[in-house]
Amino acid sequence: MSRAYVIRRLLIVVPSMLGISLLLFTVLALAPGDPFGELASNPAVPPEVRAALRAKFGLDDPVWSRYLHWLVAMLQGDWGFSFVSRMNVDTLILQRLPTTLVVIGSAQLLAILVAIPVGVLAATRPYSVFDQIASTFAFIGFSLPTFFTGLLLILVFSIQLDWLPFVYRADISATGWRFYWEHIRQSIMPVTVLGLFQGASLVRYVRSAVLDVIRLDYVTTARSKGIGERKVIIKHVVRTALIPVVTLVALQMPIVFGGAIVTEQIFRVPGIGSLLIASILANDTPVVMGVTFVFACLVVLFNLMADFVYAWLDPRIAFR
Amino acid sequence: MPGSIPASLSADAPAAGVSVAVAVPPRKAQRFSPGREAWRRFRRHRLAMASSIVLLLIVLAIALGPLLWRVPINEIDFGSKLEGPSWAHPLGTDDLGQDVLARLLYGGRVSLAVGLCAMLVASFVGVLIGSVAGMSRGSVDAVLMWLADFFLSLPQLPLLLLIIYLFRESLKSVLGPEGGIFVMIVIVIGGLRWMPVARLVRAQILSIREKEFVEAARALGASKLRQVVRHILPNALGPVIVAGTIDVAAAIIAESTLSFLGLGFPPDIPTWGRVLFDAKDYLDIAPHWALFAGAAIFLAVLTINFIGDGLRDALDSRRVL
Repeated sequence: MSRAYVIRRLLIVVPSMLGISLLLFTVLALAPGDPFGELASNPAVPPEVRAALRAKFGLDDPVWSRYLHWLVAMLQGDWGFSFVSRMNVDTLILQRLPTTLVVIGSAQLLAILVAIPVGVLAATRPYSVFDQIASTFAFIGFSLPTFFTGLLLILVFSIQLDWLPFVYRADISATGWRFYWEHIRQSIMPVTVLGLFQGASLVRYVRSAVLDVIRLDYVTTARSKGIGERKVIIKHVVRTALIPVVTLVALQMPIVFGGAIVTEQIFRVPGIGSLLIASILANDTPVVMGVTFVFACLVVLFNLMADFVYAWLDPRIAFR
Repeated sequence: MPGSIPASLSADAPAAGVSVAVAVPPRKAQRFSPGREAWRRFRRHRLAMASSIVLLLIVLAIALGPLLWRVPINEIDFGSKLEGPSWAHPLGTDDLGQDVLARLLYGGRVSLAVGLCAMLVASFVGVLIGSVAGMSRGSVDAVLMWLADFFLSLPQLPLLLLIIYLFRESLKSVLGPEGGIFVMIVIVIGGLRWMPVARLVRAQILSIREKEFVEAARALGASKLRQVVRHILPNALGPVIVAGTIDVAAAIIAESTLSFLGLGFPPDIPTWGRVLFDAKDYLDIAPHWALFAGAAIFLAVLTINFIGDGLRDALDSRRVL
């Protein structure tokens, strides 16, 4: 991976971030509703005061100048103040972000751990019984919406069997091992829901990626050298086949965040997804804007990381 | 393979010749139109065939069901609330004693209509942008494809929620609570799903526009619009149909997700997601309520996805089946 590639790829981030900020601002600016609407209907506020206030906050400025002001403020970390939580938006989001990242990260890990063995096994025996069962389950897996799987798991494991708690608690009083055990226990269901949904679509990608590679000449060469089938698959086929899968994992990120919002809402996980829903229901605009922006940034960041990993795994990319 | 000649002619060649001569006329009647060929391929995908039948039953049920099952969807009866399935209420009742079957039948109309309309919006925008990009090439193409990449990297659900949050009230006042939310959900879901179609159409146009028959049309003086509409698009339709089918499923999930989060249709319109949203607080005492609503979404989405898979096999003419 050459330095030129890294710099070029980093430069692409700037227009996409600008595009996202522009889109968010446009949506906000087009939205009906005047922040001073309440003042306008209040007879105790004379029109001159209202006009002075509008001028002070720059509401009568042209749109581009309002956008620049907003952008500069966002860049300086001034994300506004939450009306509901009575604290700065950036502090609020930073408090919630780690939980979301842990849940999404473990779910992705689970998805990869399930999808790679299943996908590889299915591809080594194409159209076998195992392959057909695997692909049918993959279809069922990504046709089951996360909100329904979540409810099903709650119904079975919390209500019928009473094994797992269905409300995620941030204030666990236990200490030591017990503390970690409680945390793992309450994360099992959210992570499973999200991980299996991801894993289901990943299985199909892994399968077709392996099928693309397994017919190549170098694999036949490896077999004819007398290397065992197991070793051919693991060392020669899978390593090459997984390179495009890296990109697909990154392309799935927007869908993962959507799933995370739903899962956090069902299991009441205190992450930024449930924060988004709560803020929407409470009309807390600064938080809604902030969380949406963070989600967009995370997607851009993950795409960037995937491109770097891809270039590192496949040196041909960096020379294009 | 029908119509092929046996490779080796045996000693009784005259007899074989006669039999071939006799056999030819009926074979001539068996024509191979693209539609017939696609149907033959589609039938081989057993899960897709089964799914078509199930989906057809679902569509029939929600189209005709409310005519046959004449229980009103909003008849409140606290005497029989949260009851399990029975003869009077085959799918049980909800927390207000309303009949779940009637509500699901009615809600299915809205859910499927949202899915279909959002697919139409997404396909229309996608075909339009893809065609413009493919035919103009150069800087217009680059900008449009950058736009598609940009939209692909947007987090859709947060954006969907943001737009609905900001515009809900004003559309409600213009088009009424139901119409407003319907139009908005359709436009937003459709507007966020055009990118795959646009890329498919562009890729197809780039390859088809160099084919001889398009060159012939160009030589005869066909305008760009005519080239695209009459000659290129009909040949590029297969992948678009497949993508459109899968878009219907995705739009149904998106609408259900919004309703499930309490941000979709108002409570008096029982879309499947909305029913699930209402049912989720009664999982412990009335699980049937959530299960039937979830099963309806799952069945519709699964069958549509399977049909999409079958169509992919059927419409890809390069694939040997």
